[in-house]
Amino acid sequence: MSKPKVGFYWCASCGGCEEAVVDLAEDILKVVEAVDIVFWPVALDFKRSDVEALRDGELAACFVNGAIRTSEQEEMAELLRRKSQLLIAFGSCSHLGGVPGLANLWDRQAIFDYVYKEAPSVTNPEGVVPQEQTKLGSNGYTLTLPSFRDSVRTLDQTVEVDYYLPGCPPPVKLIVNAVTAILENKLPPKGTVLAPDKALCEECPRKLTKPDKLALKELKRPHQTLIDPEKCLLAQGLLCLGPATRSGCGAPCVSANMPCTGCLGPTSRVKDYGAKALSAIASLIDSEDEREIAALMEQIVDPVGTFYRYSLPASLLHRRIRNLSSSSAKPAKANSPDEVW
Amino acid sequence: MSKEWEPRIVAFFCTWCTYTAADLAGISRMTYAPNARIIRVMCSGRIDPQFVLKAFHDGADGVLIGGCHPGDCHYQAGNYKALRRYTLLKRVLTEMGIEPERLRLEWISASEGDRVQKVMNEMAETIRKLGPLPLERPLPQPLPETERGAVPLTSPWPSPYTEREGVRLGLRGR
Repeated sequence: MSKPKVGFYWCASCGGCEEAVVDLAEDILKVVEAVDIVFWPVALDFKRSDVEALRDGELAACFVNGAIRTSEQEEMAELLRRKSQLLIAFGSCSHLGGVPGLANLWDRQAIFDYVYKEAPSVTNPEGVVPQEQTKLGSNGYTLTLPSFRDSVRTLDQTVEVDYYLPGCPPPVKLIVNAVTAILENKLPPKGTVLAPDKALCEECPRKLTKPDKLALKELKRPHQTLIDPEKCLLAQGLLCLGPATRSGCGAPCVSANMPCTGCLGPTSRVKDYGAKALSAIASLIDSEDEREIAALMEQIVDPVGTFYRYSLPASLLHRRIRNLSSSSAKPAKANSPDEVW
Repeated sequence: MSKEWEPRIVAFFCTWCTYTAADLAGISRMTYAPNARIIRVMCSGRIDPQFVLKAFHDGADGVLIGGCHPGDCHYQAGNYKALRRYTLLKRVLTEMGIEPERLRLEWISASEGDRVQKVMNEMAETIRKLGPLPLERPLPQPLPETERGAVPLTSPWPSPYTEREGVRLGLRGR
């Protein structure tokens, strides 16, 4: 009997998810023993035509990481959906939109204007911007590029998704669990996020040092304070999103003295991660005075980037349609790095 | 047939103060803009920011939150919680390109029927000036809620980390 076939693909992503697959270390040998990897652009020389040549549903499972930004990624998502029995959104970007999804604060025009014209490091007096089609003069051949969409979307906003492997990147143990479950056909109901359905605080090594009632008088950023390596980070005034975030990672960030940024996304009862996370933090603020509360909230330098760092495209608001010209529709806050720092 | 656009406002009123005030406005036969759909909640502290976003998501052009005056909360501190969430949520909305005026928080006690009238009229007027709130709907729609992440509370998917291991991974020098 031939081995089940699996594929890996990347869309708008950084390559960290591919690293996570490599991080399986010797376990990858067990995977290769059990399955045939027939498509993995980052590591193996297979082409799109090889996928097109497969029968529909011939891939037992396909792991797609990265958000969906271009027309090419849409086509690949649809192609892989057709060829796969199980399509698994792998990593924060395909699960919730991820860091590339923060670009949804702008649209295509605003991004192109900044990246190719306005950024301080750019010299482009002729205003050259990428074209989707360029006709070459000499032989009449037309070069094409994929179309760059206005919005970043999650994988399940593009095609139907069977399971989600959360995380930036997904923790190795969760990958192993998922692969084992697929091979043994012990999968939970369709649509499940393949991670424990509890908040990170439950498995946090600092759990015992969390006071019964957290009351924050100050919100600090990691570089502004000397962090006690044993005490609950929230109790130290650091913006840790553990209470709103799904567990399953083993809390490596918290263990390394960095607050949780929420890459595993929400638990199953929460529909909008950012709203729930900001609700959790706002509730802990210890003040009943309107002006003091406003001043404390100002200490959160970049609220959208903090609470929606991995999930802006999956938010309930998704994004506003700009009915103004794109330059005036930029967010009120200037996001130049100088001002943030 | 085109119908003229009317602002759609969702108003979350706490049952002890603002909802009672709205009742009083009704009993007193005060007239005010009919643009708001009132949703009664036990306390303004019950209003999860997700409720507000869901209202916008489902087509509201504005959201009004009404609670008891500071110090008057039936549950002692619910309205302060609402105030804190509202302050932070408003910053997030502004950064996402949504006018801050679309979300409003008001303290209205049970005796202030006239204030309900005034706030409702003002809110309708503000939203009318701002116009409708168009949100992009990603297509195709994601899986229905029942299918997406529909896991029972006791997840069959246990944590891969034992408690001991969590501690071992955790604190250095232990």
